[in-house]
Amino acid sequence: MVTTPTTEPVYDEVLPARKPWAHVVKAGQTLRIVDLGGNQAVDFLVYNAHDTAERYSAADTITAQGNIFVTTGTKLLSNEGRALMTVLSDTVGRHDTLGGACSCESNSVRFGLDKKWQHACVENFLAALIPYGMGKRDLVSNINFFMNVPVSGDGTLEIVDGISDPGSVVELRAEMDVLVAISNCPQMNNPCNGYNPTPIRLTILPG
Amino acid sequence: MTSYEVQQDRVIWDEVIPGGSYWSRVIRRGTTLRLVDLEGGRGVSFLCYNADNPIERYNAADTGKIQFNIFLTRGMVLYSDMGRVLFSITDDTCGYHDTIAGCSNATTVASRYPGVEVKNARDNFLNCLAKHNLGKRDIMPNLNFFSRVQVAPEGGLTLVAGVARPGSYIDLRAEMNVLAVLSNTPHPLDPGPEYRATPIRAIVWRSAAASTDDLCRTRCPEAERGFQNTDALFLA
Repeated sequence: MVTTPTTEPVYDEVLPARKPWAHVVKAGQTLRIVDLGGNQAVDFLVYNAHDTAERYSAADTITAQGNIFVTTGTKLLSNEGRALMTVLSDTVGRHDTLGGACSCESNSVRFGLDKKWQHACVENFLAALIPYGMGKRDLVSNINFFMNVPVSGDGTLEIVDGISDPGSVVELRAEMDVLVAISNCPQMNNPCNGYNPTPIRLTILPG
Repeated sequence: MTSYEVQQDRVIWDEVIPGGSYWSRVIRRGTTLRLVDLEGGRGVSFLCYNADNPIERYNAADTGKIQFNIFLTRGMVLYSDMGRVLFSITDDTCGYHDTIAGCSNATTVASRYPGVEVKNARDNFLNCLAKHNLGKRDIMPNLNFFSRVQVAPEGGLTLVAGVARPGSYIDLRAEMNVLAVLSNTPHPLDPGPEYRATPIRAIVWRSAAASTDDLCRTRCPEAERGFQNTDALFLA
């Protein structure tokens, strides 16, 4: 189920493929992310807007709910154990918490030393966060919305073909004033974007 | 002589770390940190950094996705967030080390071990890191040695009991100068209610730099590139 806005959005833009984004979402407001083209990994980090040393903690989030996947009802917990955002709705069913962000450096290891010149999510996160006085110390394991990373009993983890149809939606309510940073993933070397990075739509609905 | 002893003339440092305590040390390139689970405990929470430039640090996500596995064992490596190898796992008699469940904190230990005042990994990390001029923003997702966390097909997380055995050990060979930071406190998914923090032993010993035919270096093309990136830091 997707929330129907009762009033006009306070923000509503299409983020082009491969681009960074950061925005404050105030307590009670809802951020809606739409995977316009389908199977587009959206790398996502979130911070307490008033003290960015408090930030999303993948480990605290997954151990508290006893499950590695983010979906409806997941509370995104901070490193202080507080809820930053809650997932209100999700038309996909599961989103990745383990794969992290691609970087020029990890691309060089994964795909070939010559791949370090390609654009990557860490570059986007830095571009998004530097205007807020933040930097590399603020990058921790992120959520990858619309990215499919199953884990097998023997521990095997792999980024495989996506399960997100065009128009898939995730909605997150801010539980405090938060700073959200997004990289619309530019990766071209594996199926995380269906080998075709596409735009996403970002909408902030009033509380 | 028990099986985890190191040939005496190779030993640089040898210390028993009591349960509940934190510990740190710079492990130089070409030397190896052996962590011994003396009594078969409840896990050891662990962080590591490039000691020469601590903004470069262990990256759990890269370590998992580059090696296509969330479990770590012999032959695998710990990657930094700069595409380089911090540590190689040159030996491992336990077989299970957790990369996803994170660290205990004041809230989780208060609920798991009611009525007792006990140490937790996060506060241990904070105190230990403060002594290296590092802080809250420098705590990234950590490792837990001697712990098996199983993931079910639908994503459910379980700490599997019975993995730890007295005397099991892991060898971490430093591929750069590495600041190792650990909290000898039970795993965050430890069911309690008994707080069982047991001693571990840290032995640092002279090994050697990874040879061209080294097990960890040659395990896969990704590892070879990771070592190439790392060796480039030390070219004269």
